[in-house]
Amino acid sequence: MTDTTGADAKVRIRNLYKIFGRAPQKVLPLVKAGLSKTDLLDQHNHVLGIQDVSLDIPEKRIQVVMGLSGSGKSTLIRHINRLIEPTAGEILIDGEDVLTMSASQLQDLRRFKASMVFQKFGLLPHRRIIENVAYGLVVQGKSDADSSKRARHWIDRVGLSGYEDHYPAQLSGGMQQRVGLARALATDAEILLMDEAFSALDPLIRYDMQSILLELQNELHKTIIFITHDLDEALRLGDNIAILRDGAMVQQGDAQEIVLQPADDYIRDFIKDINRGRVIRLGSLASGQAPEGGAVLSGTTLLEDALSQLVDAPGQRLAVSDKTGKVIGAVNLKDALQAMRS
Amino acid sequence: MEFFREFPSLSRAELASLRRSIDGSFRDFTRSWAETLENFFHPLLRFLVWFENLLLATPWPIILLVIGGLCYAGARSWKITAASVLAFVVIGYFGMWDDTMSTLAIISVATFLCIAIGIPVGILMARSDRMQATITPVLDVMQTIPSFVYLIPVVMLLGIGKVPGLIAVCIYAIPPIVRLTNLGIRLVDKDILEAADAFGASPRQKLWGVQVPLALPNIFAGVNQTIMMALAMVVIASMIGVQGLGVPVLRAISNQYLALGVMNGLAIVALAIIFDRVSQTYGKRLQAHRKGHGHD
Ligand SMILES: Nc1ncnc2c1ncn2[C@@H]1O[C@H](COP(=O)(O)OP(=O)(O)O)[C@@H](O)[C@H]1O
Ligand SMILES: [Mg+2]
Repeated sequence: MTDTTGADAKVRIRNLYKIFGRAPQKVLPLVKAGLSKTDLLDQHNHVLGIQDVSLDIPEKRIQVVMGLSGSGKSTLIRHINRLIEPTAGEILIDGEDVLTMSASQLQDLRRFKASMVFQKFGLLPHRRIIENVAYGLVVQGKSDADSSKRARHWIDRVGLSGYEDHYPAQLSGGMQQRVGLARALATDAEILLMDEAFSALDPLIRYDMQSILLELQNELHKTIIFITHDLDEALRLGDNIAILRDGAMVQQGDAQEIVLQPADDYIRDFIKDINRGRVIRLGSLASGQAPEGGAVLSGTTLLEDALSQLVDAPGQRLAVSDKTGKVIGAVNLKDALQAMRS
Repeated sequence: MEFFREFPSLSRAELASLRRSIDGSFRDFTRSWAETLENFFHPLLRFLVWFENLLLATPWPIILLVIGGLCYAGARSWKITAASVLAFVVIGYFGMWDDTMSTLAIISVATFLCIAIGIPVGILMARSDRMQATITPVLDVMQTIPSFVYLIPVVMLLGIGKVPGLIAVCIYAIPPIVRLTNLGIRLVDKDILEAADAFGASPRQKLWGVQVPLALPNIFAGVNQTIMMALAMVVIASMIGVQGLGVPVLRAISNQYLALGVMNGLAIVALAIIFDRVSQTYGKRLQAHRKGHGHD
């Protein structure tokens, strides 16, 4: 669905390695030669954070990075604004090498280009909501009047009008994370780094926050890197999904690719309980001769949404078209049901 | 066997000459630097004298009003305020007003000095582990060395008077504010600091916008302890010429006046309790925003 190899990559990560320990450069060759995470820890007392990750993050899309706890997600996302220094590798934003940036260039990157939302919110407990949302602007050096005007706008956009003068501790978790989101959006950064931003929230509130994010994204078109360990969240938000395991990239692609062609058992395990009807689209099943007459469904229709029409269709078979409207084949009910089950 | 029965030590003559040479060189140092140091501390002396005279010259009702006002501003509690004012009334009624004002003056100036020096030093300590490793033993020595030991060089250098007294008080009272500033800054939540980093805050923006404000409750506990320790030094400071409640206590010791000693001692205790309660409630108020009283 999304072409991620083209020149429209906003962030490029190339052969990134991160090893935690006293002498990471010394053990790097061993890791490159294939030493495993457990062996590295047992034999050399170093922790393998990231190993040989390459990823092109498309502009104005939501790139999800998924993996179990300890798989290196937080470590990876912190390389993008260089909160963590890599052991080896390259990170380019808009073609600019983040690793050669001077302290002041890096400061500008963090102030103007990439902002961040944290799992534990990271709000300043001694400042009111409006001051928290204005934080990035004040750091940028904007005037108080300007900052608080913009902060009010974003507080309103995340639905927290009326709470400007509260302190973070007076708000619920979900509300605190809206403050975190508003703070990140207020700086007008093109890149939004979200590290398990919704993981600390109750499922219902989490769903609400996802909706808010999608709604805002529809209008703002940021480049979002979204970390999660929750597959449902990944499938709902991600235009593109990358899966990490023990610091290595196991698979990347859009939701449907991952569900239809899981790279290994680790991923198969991940996806075994999901509702496939909400991920797989008609286009991937279309084949054979299309029936004459009758309705034509778009290839991007989700299986789940197509079921009722398939049931009513003559011969329970309907034509499927591609993006341009050209018919590319047909799908029948039995195939659709089978795809949802296996 | 002789070797094991007696600890091998310098001979008496050698020791005497060692001490003599140390004393001699310190005396030379004193001779060449005493005046410079005295000039250096002169503004401090003038300020201390001015402040003490101000307290002594101001009519007592006004002082009571100011004390009440300060207590209320700090503690926001009528109970603490009323008790404090009452304590001062009793102190005055028993004839200890002037001495109490002198003590108040030196404690205030000493606390102010300790804060002015201690907080920056604590900040420096928090910013580098090496700094912490260097300063911590110095603080340990300052806190454990018997005060009489550093009174000797201070008096040799500056003689008897308010300034040496003030310095002695500060040496004894400054460690807690330094330690707790350092600790407070080091204890600031790493996640909040990371957020500040992620938004591109400069070291200065982080220090004044995040670290110091969040360390404030700890810094305040340090101020509180510093005041308590300064009060504890009142009697010793009066041995080298500081006016105040310590003087009658000293007189009571040498003449065995029980009542005089107890009364002045209790006045010091009353001051300590007032300072403590007011500064503690103020410190608690500082972190009121941390406790949520909302929904979750
Ligand atoms: N500062 C650090 N020092 C040593 N090991 C670390 C450090 N930060 C992370 N790690 C290790 O790196 C691995 C990846 O951690 P992390 O990126 O936090 O995982 P995730 O966010 O996916 O849960 C883990 O094994 C973790 O223990
Ligand atoms: Mg994490």
